[in-house]
Formats: sequence, structure tokens, C-alpha cells
Amino acid sequence: MASILAVDDSASMRQMVSFTLKGAGYDVTEAKDGQEALQIAKSNSYNLVITDINMPIMDGITLTKELRSLPAYKFTPILTLTTESSGEKKMAGKQAGATGWIVKPFNPDQLLATVKKVLG
Amino acid sequence: MQQFHQTFFEESFEGLDIMENELLNLDVGNADSEVINTIFRSAHSIKGGSGTFGFTAVAEFTHVAETLLDEMRDGVRQVTQESVDILLKSVDVMRAMLTTLSDGGEMDVDNIASVQMELEQLLGTESNSSTTDEVSDSNNSDENSEGWLISFRPHVEMLRTGNDPVRMIYALTELGQVSTKADISDIPTFVDLNPEDSFLGWEITLKGDVKKEDIVEVFDWVEDECDLDIQPLINESKATTEETTTPEAVAAPSEIASKAKPTAAKKTAESASIRVGIDKVDEIINLVGELVITQSMLGQVGSEIGNADEHNSPYMEKLLEGLAQLERNTREIQESVMRIRMLPISFVFSRVPRLVHDLSSKLNKQVELVTTGENTELDKTVMEKIGDPMVHLVRNALDHGIETPDVRKAAGKSEMGTLSLNAYHKGGSIVIELSDDGAGINKERVLNKARSNGLVGENENLSDDAINDLIFHPGLSTAESLSDVSGRGVGMDVVRKNIKSLGGSVRVDSVEGKGATFTIQLPLTLAILDGQLVKVADETFIIPLVSIIESIQVKSANLSGIAGKAALYKLRDEYIPVIRAHNVFGMEDSNSSLEDRLMVVVEGDGAKAGIIVDDLLAQQQVVIKSLETNYKRVDGLSGATILGDGTVALILDISGVIDMFKTLSNSVPPSPVDPDGNGSDIAEKAA
Repeated sequence: MASILAVDDSASMRQMVSFTLKGAGYDVTEAKDGQEALQIAKSNSYNLVITDINMPIMDGITLTKELRSLPAYKFTPILTLTTESSGEKKMAGKQAGATGWIVKPFNPDQLLATVKKVLG
Repeated sequence: MQQFHQTFFEESFEGLDIMENELLNLDVGNADSEVINTIFRSAHSIKGGSGTFGFTAVAEFTHVAETLLDEMRDGVRQVTQESVDILLKSVDVMRAMLTTLSDGGEMDVDNIASVQMELEQLLGTESNSSTTDEVSDSNNSDENSEGWLISFRPHVEMLRTGNDPVRMIYALTELGQVSTKADISDIPTFVDLNPEDSFLGWEITLKGDVKKEDIVEVFDWVEDECDLDIQPLINESKATTEETTTPEAVAAPSEIASKAKPTAAKKTAESASIRVGIDKVDEIINLVGELVITQSMLGQVGSEIGNADEHNSPYMEKLLEGLAQLERNTREIQESVMRIRMLPISFVFSRVPRLVHDLSSKLNKQVELVTTGENTELDKTVMEKIGDPMVHLVRNALDHGIETPDVRKAAGKSEMGTLSLNAYHKGGSIVIELSDDGAGINKERVLNKARSNGLVGENENLSDDAINDLIFHPGLSTAESLSDVSGRGVGMDVVRKNIKSLGGSVRVDSVEGKGATFTIQLPLTLAILDGQLVKVADETFIIPLVSIIESIQVKSANLSGIAGKAALYKLRDEYIPVIRAHNVFGMEDSNSSLEDRLMVVVEGDGAKAGIIVDDLLAQQQVVIKSLETNYKRVDGLSGATILGDGTVALILDISGVIDMFKTLSNSVPPSPVDPDGNGSDIAEKAA
């Protein structure tokens, strides 16, 4: 099954994302900030990375840039979690190399539909 | 979703605490961008979470506050005292809303609305920024029952964002019937072909009753990474020049992204930790308690067998060795488990800066807060209960202690008053000191008030300490006018009562004109206790070691009766009342004389007393079992424990025993009579 790296500094969001995806049969690894995610990503491989944007230590934009610079993550789908009001954040994510975004707030069904969109 | 709510509430309350602390840290006029970023991030997480978990009211409110923070973060808005104050108010509102959601109750709608209004006023007209959503194009809702002709040509670098054209075409197949025609005309010669680039384009016919916006959504993520044209199938003349690919705001993002990039957050250095329900920890503590009892039982049996073993068998030695090791290990497990519940006192101290901020502006006083020893740890249950008394003492210090700037100036002090909080460990207790450099306690006023209330007799002379101690007496407030900050005379006695119920004590030292220091002493934990086992008649009681000053043998020369009926003992240069434990607990004392008896000198609530016991046994650490939970509250006892031999021993609550003794003797100290009221014979015999 596809493996997903879920990155969010908020434990409740992380739990929700992870619970929903695991329920759909995905293999989920959690990370609480960009730096932790980067470390984990380097020593594992994932089919998809879902990351929050505003996080301490390393934000989602930086994480996306860093991941894209790694050969193993050159084409890996990366989705950012963003709020509807921040149109410029979506674009910042895209400029950093993100594949797309999931608009917060979202419910488990929307999350699964979006993940399906990139993982098929 | 329900199962994530608890986590959401917990982290949101933490986030609010962070916001509050950082807002107070914020240097108005010269704001640290990292601090603003931290505040913003907390608000942002709360907004995101509350939206996701269905708490729209919180999300909407937080959004407004977040917008303000966003402007500060981007440097568009100056950080002013006014905005900080409003944000602090917003934190309160958010906390109240979340508390209501987690614990139930009514939302204070008016207050929420009024704070939101203040925020919006501050934001000015830009408060509609939330509605600028960019899934654009008025033509989106175009419906077409026949289908669409989609021209889709990815830009060369589209693959590098992880987008795959094939997935989008798959997504279209879910909307309707798809037929595609690939355009391969752009594929370069093999030599020039970069395998990471995209060269294909497609003409896609999508048949079926599909909304245009659904198609746009499929290409949502790549709208500026491809040329996209969507035309209705039948009416090809319509809108031929329509350009759906409207790349927007390309200039700004990189700049914003670099600004938003946070540097390492040093302050929130998060140590690796896990979140565990307190009930689980309590269960372990309880089980370890049982383990300690079993262990001491085994130890006792072991040493009895060891004593009886005349042959010194090698097995016996091994057994005793094993038992000794068991004891060590048990002790260590117990200590480690207790540490799980220990938290730094900063959890309580962190409430104070906000309080000082609010009160000092309300009272027009200038106060500097100095805290030390924030990392001193104590048990979570103690911590939860000490919060309110602390808040009360802080209010009291600011309201009654520290003077207004002009009064301070007149008294030759600096206009800025200082409130210091300090915590440290002392033996098995934690000591919290709260001192201010204010006016101190006006002894004369306290004494007059106490006299007029009949608490102190007209001709009675009290030591300075005794006068200061009067402020803990119910119904004694010396503030000249009642304020809503403190002072309806219901405060200090409650503070003392609460601290006492935790097995702690509070006292005050004051120098008039110089300030006052409140010293709170608390046990580190409520679950175990170092106790002195004593024998009274046939029963074993436990006296907490912290209350014991010394144990002595009574010399009748030092005994004296007052008013012909009470026994006092002259201990060096002070007189202490003699309490016969037998009488307090209604037991027979076979020996009515006090000569040569053992007396444990104890202190509770600042009062000393001697307790007559029959024998002093071992000192040991005991696990406290609550009497209230297992039976009911009993005066003079703080709990019970199970000893090594399986018997139950009651733990004395020293302040309670002294109180009981006072009540029994029906007289104001320090002129105690014998506890059961008919003790003139005792005093006579003793004399």
C-alpha cells in the first residue's frame, strides 16, 4: 500500500489526518515539523508527503524546497495544508515545488478524495 | 472526529498560553518578528483545528485575530499597546469559547461579539479579506449537457512539481466519458530530450452532464503550469478567446515566503514527550503503592524469619539479600513513577505575568515581576490546587501591598514596584515565596480591626508575627475601600484553608513600609509521606515527619498548669500545650502521669504543641490512602496507610489535631486546657 508522510505541528490535525488515511489502508508516518519530516524522509521513501505550512523550526514551504532538491523526492507528490484565505500561500507552496494543496478546514472524505487524486 | 477533540482542546489551550506569554513578551514599538511569528502560528493552528473539527464560531473569531497578527507579521501594521491589549482580550475570548465547548455551558455571545468588533475596528475596512477566494471566473457555473472540449498542454516543467497529466485525465474519466488525442508535435529529437520534462499536449473530449467548475478543479493545482482551454462541445462560437488560465499574483509570493520563514524556535524547545491520560499515571502510582506495601510486608516477614533462623542457612542469606534488593528497586520505581506527575512550577507562575499586566494597568500602578525557580518541580495535583491561592496572593500584593507611583515616590522608593516569585525545594517540600516591596502590613490597623471584631481582647498583647498572622483570620480585610480586585475579607482565610488542605502551610513576614513576603510550604506530592510511627495505647499512628520538630522525654519540672486545669510544657523559652493523644482519640490511657513520658513536639499552622505518645517506632515512607475515598473524612486524620504487617495505621493531621484539641478544651490558645474538659486532675497530677 502507498506510504504517506504526514507533517503538522498540531497533534490533533496530525492524528486526524493519520487516522483517516490509515483507515483507508495507507501506511502513514507522522512528523511534527519540517526538520523532523526531512530527517524521516531521507531515510525512508514515501509515495506522498502531506505537510502543514505554518510550523515551528522548519515550515512547510522550506520542507517542500528541501525535499524537491533530493533526487528521491524529485517527482513525489507533495501536498500542502493551507487555509482558504491564504491564496498567496498556495502559490508559495507551488513555487517551492508542491504538487497541490488541501484547503483547511477539510473533512476526512475531502482528504481521501484529494489523496486519491495524486495516488490514484 | 470526536476522538480528536480532547487533543485539539489540550493543544489549543497550550497554544493560547503561548500566545498570552509571547504577547506579554512583545516589546511594543520594537517587536521581534520571531515572537510575532510564534503568536501567529498558535492562532493559525487554533483556527485550522477549530475549522476542521467543526467549531466554526472559534474559527471565525480566531480568523479575525489571525488577520491582525498576519498584518503585524508582514510588517504592514505597527505593534501598538492597543493592539496587544485587544489581542490579549481575544486570547481570553478564545479560551472562554474553547472552555465552553469542552466543558459545556453557555457562550458569552455579547462579549465575543464586542471583542470581535474591537478587532475589526482596529483592522479597519480590510476585514473582508477572508472572502477573497481565487477559484475564480464567473463562467464557472456554466453547465453544458453535451460535454466539453478541453485543450490541455502542460508546460515543460510541470512534472517537477509532482503533477502527472495522466492522473488528471483519470480524474476526468470519473466525471464523464473521455476520449483523448495526444499532440506529440513538440517532442524534440532524442538528443535534446530531457526525460524530466513534459512535451505532450492533449485534446480531450469529455462527454456528459459536467459542470465546468468540476473540470477546473481537476486542473486547479496546475493552472499556471499549463495552457488550458475548456470549451463547450456544441456551441463552439461562444467565447473562443476565453482564457481560463489566469496566473495570479506571481510577484509577491517569493517575498512573502522568505519573510514567513521562521528561524529555529528556541523558546519552544520541545523535549521528546508523550501525552498520557492522568488516570493511567494515577493507576500506576496506586499499583506501585500496593507494591511498596507488599514489599515492606515481605521485608518484615523476611527479617522475622531471619531472626528466628538459628542455623544461618545460606538460603536465608540469599533471601534477605533478594529482599533488600527488592526494597531498593521498589523505592526507585516509586520515585520514578512519582516523577512522572511532577511538573515545573512555571505552569503556575506563567499565569502571573498576565495578571500583573492587567491589574497594574487597572490599578494605575507600575509593577515589575521577577520570577525565579520556575523549574522547581512539584506534583500535578498539588499544582492544580495551588493556582487559585497564588492568584489571590498576587492580587492581594498588587492591590494592598504595592503603592501607587506617587505614594511610592513620597516614601522615597522607586516608582516601579517589584513583585518577586521564587520557588525552591526544601527537604520533602516545595517552598514558594511571594514578596513585594510595597507598604507591608499595617499592624496597627489590623490590630484595631481585630479588636473591634472581638478577635483580640482589649488588653491582650500580641507579638508582631501574631498580628501579621491575623490577616489569615476569616472576616478581616483592611483595605480602606472594597475593590473588585481583592478584599471582601473572604480571601486570606480561604487561601490558608486551601493550602492547609494540601498539607501545607502559609505564613507572612512583613516590615511596615518595606513590603511583605508570603511563604507557602507544600508537600511535593500528596501520594506518599515520610512518617514517624508512634504507638498510642494499642494503636499505631503516623505523624508526618515534616510536622515534627523533636521528640523529648517529659520532665515534670517543666510542666505547669494554667488556671489550675491545663498542662503547659516549658520547652526552653516557650510554653507549648500538652496534648494527650489518648484523649483526643478517645482511648484509655493506662498511665495518668506525664512524668518521663514521650512527647513529640510538632508544629502545624505555626502553632506548636507536644503530643504525648506511648512509644516511638520506626520512621518510614508510607503510601497515603484517602479516608474520604474509602470511608469518610475524619477530623484530625489526613489519611491512612497499610503497614508491613498488613494492619492499617492512621495518619495524623497535625493542624487538625491541634484544632480538635482547641475545640475540646473550648478555649482560645495559648491557654489550653485538657482536651476532654474534665482534666483538672491531670494538671494536678502532673504538677
